[in-house]
Amino acid sequence: MSLMDIGAVELGKKISSGEVSAVDAAKDALAQIGKVEKDVNSYVTVLDEAAIIKRAEEVQQGIKDGIYSGPLAGVPVAIKDNMCTEGILTTCSSKILNNFKPMYTAEAVINLEKSGAVIIGKTNMDEFAMGSTTETSYYGPTHNPWKLDHVPGGSSGGSCAAVAANECSYALGSDTGGSIRQPSSFCGVTGIKPTYGTVSRYGLIAYGSSLDQIGPIAKNVSDCAAILETIASYDPKDSTSVKRDSYNFSEALTDDVKGMRIGIPKDYFGEGLDDEVKSAVLAAVDVLKDKGAVVEEFDLSLVEYAIPAYYVIASAEASSNLARFEGVKYGYRAEEYEGLHNMFKKTRSEGFGAEVKRRIMLGSFVLSSGYYDAYYLKALRTKALIKQAFDKAFEKYDVIIAPAAPTTAPAIGDSLSDPIKMYLGDIYTISVNLAGLPGISVPCGIDSKGLPIGIQMIGDCFNENKIIQTAYAYEQTREYVSCGLCR
Amino acid sequence: MANIISDETIEYVGILAKLELSDEEKEQAKKDMGSMLDYIDKLNELDTSGVEPMSHVFPVNNVFREDVVTNGDDREAILSNAPEEKDGSFVVPKTFD
Repeated sequence: MSLMDIGAVELGKKISSGEVSAVDAAKDALAQIGKVEKDVNSYVTVLDEAAIIKRAEEVQQGIKDGIYSGPLAGVPVAIKDNMCTEGILTTCSSKILNNFKPMYTAEAVINLEKSGAVIIGKTNMDEFAMGSTTETSYYGPTHNPWKLDHVPGGSSGGSCAAVAANECSYALGSDTGGSIRQPSSFCGVTGIKPTYGTVSRYGLIAYGSSLDQIGPIAKNVSDCAAILETIASYDPKDSTSVKRDSYNFSEALTDDVKGMRIGIPKDYFGEGLDDEVKSAVLAAVDVLKDKGAVVEEFDLSLVEYAIPAYYVIASAEASSNLARFEGVKYGYRAEEYEGLHNMFKKTRSEGFGAEVKRRIMLGSFVLSSGYYDAYYLKALRTKALIKQAFDKAFEKYDVIIAPAAPTTAPAIGDSLSDPIKMYLGDIYTISVNLAGLPGISVPCGIDSKGLPIGIQMIGDCFNENKIIQTAYAYEQTREYVSCGLCR
Repeated sequence: MANIISDETIEYVGILAKLELSDEEKEQAKKDMGSMLDYIDKLNELDTSGVEPMSHVFPVNNVFREDVVTNGDDREAILSNAPEEKDGSFVVPKTFD
């Protein structure tokens, strides 16, 4: 029995009651890393064992002294490698940041540290979070712990694989177009993308700033609620941070969906959806119906326009955000160059991978004079229409239910050859980012290949509690299933 | 493919994006960008006349604060990440003679 077998909150209780220590927990995480990391590759960086143990001892003392009283004190966590951690290598899984040690820590991570988190390491991801498979990492792909020759999804594939493989108790990910929900689904874990503005983006290395949100990844809904409660905060350092009326997400953990109005968008269950995924998701909907939820089908509309609008907006923002990587202030610098501009160009061309270059070029193009109106503004107008479609749906429903992804995890190597096909895999998650909504992915089955299936629940802005309540009620009907590497 | 990306366009995008592409990469980029734009052209089916472009889902306003220094002297820490530094400054190649 490893302490990584149980949920984060349950482990936190054992630690605070003195039944086990934070050091025991950290050692169990490290032991599992020693066992499976060579096959899974969840981490870009695992911190030095002595440093982890020292921190765990400090937290243990802090719990005794009453400094740390939160539910996650002493619990081992993994952080996606696009969140700055002071003095700890932060690469965004890119060559261009292969030696970057930030001089400050992201606000969400500070919030965790203040509540006694023990950081184990930094997790692998698609380079700069651009991808759906964690194969575009400069540090090699992460493997799905359920089936090692399959991808874990992405871009938070390392975080989700680390949770699924018991290499940590829980993890932070980030979600720009589905990057928490889709890999959570592929790895059989639970992940929340909060309402835009709920978790500070200060110290999150930006990809698409108007879409990026940090969120929790864990074994169950209660853990995710507790983590979100810990990381969410109003932060003046992030100008898009929202001051919310309430940060109490755990109050939604009630096993009751009587009268909950659930909308099923017909357009999300049509062509392109795998049969096994479809029946697992609909079976989960039936469970909720049996528990008293009121379920109705409806037409969401505009679904096929979300991906093209997203790629224009996200690439445009990326081309601007990634202009800062030029080999002057931090990171990689080309060895040979002639003059300043050539140094910029060579550094960037050698430092960025193919997918990142593809999006920077597309973004530069759609923002360029003569194309700005036709592409960029058109995409922003489409975004406004998508937001309206959701507003209309949420007049009738509390929760919208959809698959997290059209299929289960593809085999490694199957996705990268055709970018548009890969982008289509984000069809059920991307609109949520465009509209700033909260979404959760919860495991709801396993397909005939032995790969997990996830159900996605989407709420209106600031209505995390409705999706947390619905997800929790569903989860009570099902045991957590761990992957083979954990048994 | 409806969108034919010319050599000139790829050169121009390379300048905007500050990327130096090999001939092979240029050919691939022409193909990729063409098919991406074909796909994005789907948006033209939508009538968006009269719809305001939405850059943020919530109303965002400028966030003002007093211009007061709150951090300490971080120069050494900042420069420790620089590929090259000298006398408290970043070093870059000569930009003019």
